[in-house]
Amino acid sequence: MIVAGVDVGARATKVVLLGGGQILSRAFQFTGFDQKASALQALEQASRTAGVSISSVEGVVATGAGRNAFPLASKPITEVSADARGTFHLFPNARTIVDVGAEEARAIKCGQTGAVLDFAMNEKCAAGVGAFVEAMARALDLSVEEMGSLSLQSQKTIPLNSQCVVFAESEVVTLVHGKAEKQDIARAVQDAVASRISCLVRTIGLEEQVVFIGGLARNAGLTDSLGRTLGVEVQVPENPEYVGALGAALMALEETWRNSK
Amino acid sequence: MKPDKQKQYWKWPEYRRTVPDANLAGSSVLTAGVDVGSVSSKAVIMADAKPFAYSLMRTSAGSEESAEKALVWALEGTGMKLEDIKYTVATGYGRVNVSFANRTVTEIGCHARGANWIWGPLVRTIIDMGGQDCKAICCDQDGIVTSFVMNDKCAAGTGRGIEVFADLLQIPIEEIGALSLSVESEPDSLNSSCVVFQKSEAIGRLQRGWTKENVLAALCSATARRVTELVKRVGVEEALVVTGGIAKNVGVVTRVERQLGIKSLPAGPNYDPQLAGAIGAALFANDRISKGRTS
Repeated sequence: MIVAGVDVGARATKVVLLGGGQILSRAFQFTGFDQKASALQALEQASRTAGVSISSVEGVVATGAGRNAFPLASKPITEVSADARGTFHLFPNARTIVDVGAEEARAIKCGQTGAVLDFAMNEKCAAGVGAFVEAMARALDLSVEEMGSLSLQSQKTIPLNSQCVVFAESEVVTLVHGKAEKQDIARAVQDAVASRISCLVRTIGLEEQVVFIGGLARNAGLTDSLGRTLGVEVQVPENPEYVGALGAALMALEETWRNSK
Repeated sequence: MKPDKQKQYWKWPEYRRTVPDANLAGSSVLTAGVDVGSVSSKAVIMADAKPFAYSLMRTSAGSEESAEKALVWALEGTGMKLEDIKYTVATGYGRVNVSFANRTVTEIGCHARGANWIWGPLVRTIIDMGGQDCKAICCDQDGIVTSFVMNDKCAAGTGRGIEVFADLLQIPIEEIGALSLSVESEPDSLNSSCVVFQKSEAIGRLQRGWTKENVLAALCSATARRVTELVKRVGVEEALVVTGGIAKNVGVVTRVERQLGIKSLPAGPNYDPQLAGAIGAALFANDRISKGRTS
């Protein structure tokens, strides 16, 4: 039985294809203005990689900001449910899930069975999401990846006082002109994001084990800052941006199996 | 028209002026108020408690340097020098760094005092929309602050938020207000409350064929919404006035008035509402002189 999970995010669309309960393939596609087309392209790409035809996919569940734009999916599920499902599959001991994407951040509290107990999210403000990190990397003339690894070389804490992306951009420029080391500024940026995220975590209450997922979890510098800010060890799965899609695929598997009986 | 990549559309015009009917006698006592904001620096020189010269310019790297530049420029061509000023009060975001000032007063106090002077004792609510923050101030008939709320954390609802759009749409910032009012019918406001997300939303609308005027109307309306949400927290009491740089954006001010259901008092031709803080500071400086305290 082949099923797919499609996560139509604000910036990127991710697909995970499952067959026989195993991951067959993953696909990544920038979300264009036509979310439906992006989702279809990503699904086709995943099928091609797995060497299966798209018609053999028996069930599709969509999640993400654009989940309702994908009519092929049998039902849309929220990012919170998808995240919890995907994370619990990879880390059965996860109690706190932090998911940071391009335009949203959320902290989710899970019980022993993986059920969602509580969550907090930020979808209103770009501070503490990927858009913030991108803007700061641009101000430093670095790629997001470069800024992440550079920040790990710094031991120095400089406070970044602004929360707002627009104000923080000027602050970073001032720091650059003030001859602060680029690596220290890079660390200040990661610390600022981590501090916003930890506010979300504190809203629901911190409980170990903490698992960090979403596109920003690719950034080792941010993971380090988040660990320091929360004062606990933070786990990151191998493909953190696909966890929501994995959760959706697992839901699709369950649903298709139930319907086939 | 070809867009000009080099032009910086957010750059509003700087200017200085000598008050036309100012009466400057040899015995006049000069006091000064200098308002060093995050984006603009304003200086007002008073001769015997009446404005005599002023300037408005962009804040450069250092607060002290900006304060001095603004004062020197205000005095330019008047025959007076910095040394002739008997007492200087600094206000605004950078006030504590202005070491040559005799005293500092918060911009909240100065805007209330300045508004009371410009518009008279009926003023009860002042909305100060500055470059990087926005405040709603309540005051009594003497221009003394009774309460206030402010947003200095978020660029939405501030001049910086508008600057981002001036550059995005390549429209000089001082034209935005009037253009936003040239739409035939009021479009839906931008939904996002974050400048970064508003920008993506605006780009999306432009790609769907919206005119720049419609996008500006949606922006001004979203900016006004942020401000009115803030104002409602202190409670609006008439008469209402608007100060700060955005006071000159008729698109935002009109929409604030619509959303609150209250008209604001017009500024009149003589005083730029962006100078309210510096006028208040100069009045505080004058108080000190008239009370005989010079340090």
